[in-house]
Amino acid sequence: MNFWNDPLKVAAEWLTGVFTGWGMNTVAANVLVAFLGVLMLITILMVIDIFLVWIERKVVARFQDRIGPNRLGPFGLIQPFADIIKLMIKEDTTPAGADKVVYNIAPMLSMMSVLILWAVVPLAPVMLGVDLNAGVLFIIAAGSIGTLSIIMAGWSSNNKFSVIGAFRQVAVMVSFEIPMLAVLLIPTIFSGSMGMNAIIQSQDIWFIFLSPLAALIFLIAAIAELGRAPFDLAEGESELVSGYNIEYSGMKFGMFYAGELLHAFTFGGFWAIMFFGGYRFFGLEKVSPFLAIAIILFKALLGYWVIMWVKYTVMRIRIDQMLAFNWKFLTPVAFVLVMVTALMNALLRGADSWLYITGMILSNVIVAWVSLEFVRSAAKTEREKVEGPKQVVEAHH
Amino acid sequence: MEKEFNYMTGTQIIFLIVGAVTLIAALMVVTVRNLVHAALWLVATLFGVAIVYTLLNAGFLAVVQVVVYIGAIAILFIFAVMLTRRQAADTGAALNSNWWAGALMAVLTFAGLAYLLQTWSGFSKQSAAIPSGFDAIGQLGTALTSPQGYVLPFEVASVLLLAALVGAVYLAFNKK
Repeated sequence: MNFWNDPLKVAAEWLTGVFTGWGMNTVAANVLVAFLGVLMLITILMVIDIFLVWIERKVVARFQDRIGPNRLGPFGLIQPFADIIKLMIKEDTTPAGADKVVYNIAPMLSMMSVLILWAVVPLAPVMLGVDLNAGVLFIIAAGSIGTLSIIMAGWSSNNKFSVIGAFRQVAVMVSFEIPMLAVLLIPTIFSGSMGMNAIIQSQDIWFIFLSPLAALIFLIAAIAELGRAPFDLAEGESELVSGYNIEYSGMKFGMFYAGELLHAFTFGGFWAIMFFGGYRFFGLEKVSPFLAIAIILFKALLGYWVIMWVKYTVMRIRIDQMLAFNWKFLTPVAFVLVMVTALMNALLRGADSWLYITGMILSNVIVAWVSLEFVRSAAKTEREKVEGPKQVVEAHH
Repeated sequence: MEKEFNYMTGTQIIFLIVGAVTLIAALMVVTVRNLVHAALWLVATLFGVAIVYTLLNAGFLAVVQVVVYIGAIAILFIFAVMLTRRQAADTGAALNSNWWAGALMAVLTFAGLAYLLQTWSGFSKQSAAIPSGFDAIGQLGTALTSPQGYVLPFEVASVLLLAALVGAVYLAFNKK
């Protein structure tokens, strides 16, 4: 085993050797090495986060037919550092009547709920924090900590707008958790495991080819979970100024902002892991773990780009439309899809792989078609309720 | 031998810290005046229980604990408090005159549980190491759905939850 095949393990063993050589206890050395590994991962993520600000601003600019940051450094690459310096030296205000402790914990929890997700992300076959056997559920659990941070921020700011923003955001997150959880069961059915690494390893055929509808529902639920347009009604500048983070200034606001960007990038990564083969790309991941990391980061960026593409193209929807869309459409469709997929999987398990793929895709198409027919008839009755029955216009003689 | 001993103390230290924090948080839940703070302390308590599950190698239960209790129930509590109260703080005393009865019940329950566990043969035994590749979630799923396992209690619980759901919908349903 050498460094280029399993860098993390080799580095960890070397460091443990160094520490024990200094007369440190083996257990303490192991704990220290694990701690350093976590610290390294978080540092890399935060550095990526800095450049995500730049990427986001550049991509928005292109979607809006602008150039974006272009003054500081080549392609405006130094702009995010200037932004960070500005955030750091801004006055740190606390509103009167705010609940100080809760107010200060909320931004930390928000960032934490994103960083904790990376504990289960497999960067390469041999490089992952922990191969949790409930990895799929872990995403939802981390999301619920994010929900908690938002409600804490909104409530402790002692501001009407922030409370209303938090209510809306939490309503979105709590309700879209359900279709997301249901849809996450579909990769679990295909791979027979809830662990991320096992899901990636069993994607000889990317799961998007087996269940494109599930990939679409996951993307929609992820965008809602992120609170990005078209589900950014919690921000609603025209009604709520900025939503739950309205009273935060300086780096505390920066924590929410950076957390949101990293969250979007992370969900791009989960989309890649669940449906696009994660670090796998025609066997390239077996060549070197570093290549595998490059592949998964590239796929995560692609997912992030799709999320940005949706954000800057689609309009914001109202809260009642959002709730109706989730509870009356997305959740039933997700549940039906899970049941159909499980049934098809049980029927076709031993069958030829071409038959398996065709059956899965056909069942997806049928579920999508039937649910769209339902939506069409519901929309028709809704329209007739508003407009009245169609008047037959007599031909003018 | 020495390594084994060290490992045990490491786990024990973590368990003692987590247990103490969980107990203090639980005490804060029933004593703080501000209801939202009480709900947040409840979140801390539930999180402590999740960590205890992790220490017992029950990762799945720990994650479910966070999803269900923090993600759903605690959030619901906070929502209910915020929507039903103008001010989240109660003006009266946090404890009423029956506090000693509650404390007595808590102590008696603890004593009873401790006594029951004391008489159990596995109480002082070391837990066996989990073999590698042990599929805990698969075993749990099989146990919950197999007729030899717990399929009946599982289904009864599902029916109970369904009844609660139907009841909630009926109460909220706007009869025109």
